Amino acid sequence: MDLLEYQGKQLFAKHGVSVPDGRHAATVDDAVKAADEIGYPCVVKAQVAIGKRGKAGGIKIAKNADEARAHSEAILGMDIRGFTVHDLWIEGASEIDAEFYASIILDRGEKKLLAMLSRMGGMDVEEMAERDPEALVKQHIEPGDDLDPEAAREIAREAQIDDDVVDGVAEMLVKLAEVSATEDATLIEINPLIVTSDREVIALDAKVTIDGNSLFRHEDLAEIRDRSAEDPQERMAKEKGLTYVKLDGNIGILANGAGLCMSTLDVVAQAGGDPANFLDAGGGSKAEAIVNALEVITSDEKVTAILFNIFGGITRCDEIANGIVEASDQIDIGVPLVVRLDGTNSEEGLEILAGADLDNLHQEKTMLGSAEKVVELA
Amino acid sequence: MSIVVGEDTKLVVSGLTGREGSFHGLRNRDYGTDLVAGVTPGKGGQGVDGVPVFDSIRESVDERGANTSMIFVPARFAAAAIEEAIDAGVETVIAITEGIPVLDMMRVYWKAREQGVRLIGPNCPGVLSPGKANVGIIPAQFFDKGSIGVVSKSGTLTYQIGNELKQAGLGNSSIVGIGGDPIVGSDFIDVLKLFEADDETELIVMVGEIGGDAEERAAEFIAESVSKPVVAYIAGFTAPPGKQMGHAGAIISGSSGTAQAKKDALEAKDVRVGTSPTETAQLAVETLGAKA
Repeated sequence: MDLLEYQGKQLFAKHGVSVPDGRHAATVDDAVKAADEIGYPCVVKAQVAIGKRGKAGGIKIAKNADEARAHSEAILGMDIRGFTVHDLWIEGASEIDAEFYASIILDRGEKKLLAMLSRMGGMDVEEMAERDPEALVKQHIEPGDDLDPEAAREIAREAQIDDDVVDGVAEMLVKLAEVSATEDATLIEINPLIVTSDREVIALDAKVTIDGNSLFRHEDLAEIRDRSAEDPQERMAKEKGLTYVKLDGNIGILANGAGLCMSTLDVVAQAGGDPANFLDAGGGSKAEAIVNALEVITSDEKVTAILFNIFGGITRCDEIANGIVEASDQIDIGVPLVVRLDGTNSEEGLEILAGADLDNLHQEKTMLGSAEKVVELA
Repeated sequence: MSIVVGEDTKLVVSGLTGREGSFHGLRNRDYGTDLVAGVTPGKGGQGVDGVPVFDSIRESVDERGANTSMIFVPARFAAAAIEEAIDAGVETVIAITEGIPVLDMMRVYWKAREQGVRLIGPNCPGVLSPGKANVGIIPAQFFDKGSIGVVSKSGTLTYQIGNELKQAGLGNSSIVGIGGDPIVGSDFIDVLKLFEADDETELIVMVGEIGGDAEERAAEFIAESVSKPVVAYIAGFTAPPGKQMGHAGAIISGSSGTAQAKKDALEAKDVRVGTSPTETAQLAVETLGAKA
């Protein structure tokens, strides 16, 4: 689960990581009120889960209340590469002496948390790595241990951070590692981490990813989860407890199991089709889940054909078939449905479908055959 | 021989008194797995269909000689159950549970390594050695006994490939589901090592997916240390960056972890990569035919 900048900063503040004074606002009036409280100049920042907001016009400096109002009106509701701005973060403008980069990420390969620091901030990490790979200092943290303050100072010195702020930067790294461990953050990135003209070390941005599996022990974070799904189908799927990802195409997909579903998308694409979604019906799917899934898939107006690719293991094909029959009673599917049932109870499933004699239903025996068929019908 | 589970497996199931645990545990027993015990704290002394239940894994090891533990407990208690199994002295822990926090798994991973316990999973379908033992939720009817080792991040994709191999008249030495989480107890390399040393295995099918760099690391390892032919499949070419595709670990971060990068890394080391599960099974058939 990716946090918005302001949610990340609120989390930082809770753990004593220095951030600029800021307020959240969802309306223009609240934004102006927040700006008045903070004082001018201040910055009006669009809160969307995508980078390069500044270039898109989503970050503006306001020198007075009129400007705060004008910027808030312009930014609220703005579309930034597919994300509508519903939230603003108003914060005090900082005078910047230097921009650094700091992060704590889960290194999956090494199975350890990795601290990274560079004196080249404000650009993306890949660009940084290209321009000067040695400027990025990396240090793993031993599992179960905190980041040792002396080790953090060593990282800062190695990254050639100015002497007078080595302690401040090191202290920030230690706190970030603590945020990661206690809040189950698998990624914390601050870019830029700034040194102000008063030589204070402050997190000017916050990119935080929380492990979705850990939300049962973070009630406060679990609450913000529901608002993260922007897309109407994704929101609907989430409410129905389905694993769904919206894509750009027109062929609705349902498969059982994440791997088989990804593979189905690939095979449809190879056959010349364009998948509309990823939907894993999961192990042991019952009829009700199939009805829900078809509701979500058909609510996407772009969908012109649907493919069900089921290889039953724990999942029983007769349950899936019953779900399809039930769904066609309850909702108007309205587009061709190609079904491939193989594995556990596939014969029973195929009989149920044949007996129901549904319009627009096409059975295929193989995964590749079903992909070709759905592309033909879409 | 076979790997991870076999005729010597003495299985204890954590969560045997639960609905899923009893269903699959007893199914494993029906297949021929030596199910010696169940564990549920507070339910020691009870039984599930003739299988004795203990309060702790330690007791099942002491009294029933359990050497393999299967974890079927809910996610929030699963890390502790794995740790209990590691401390109880079993050789192998197979964790089926999905949804364990990754930082818990990071701690558990290192604990298992330090104590020399083989951990498979979590969020995996388990391990099947056809004709010998089945520990987990893999439907055994799609796999015959044979000489192909399968190691996979995905359950259903494995069943699909196994079924195609079976239809081609081929079978498997062992099928190991390593799971789709960001941190798993055993990675491709750990399992490739076991298959390389296994007399029964002649060819290895490796099934990967987007996210992380386990496939890239495996490619290096295959080039250096695996003499047996390896055929691979990678899922997720159409997955968009930044979206989690079902499995917690199946996510492209920035430009890393893409299916194309994994395919390229494997092909650079002369590992053949199928474009679909069907083609992957065909490649395995072809390669074995050419070898014979």
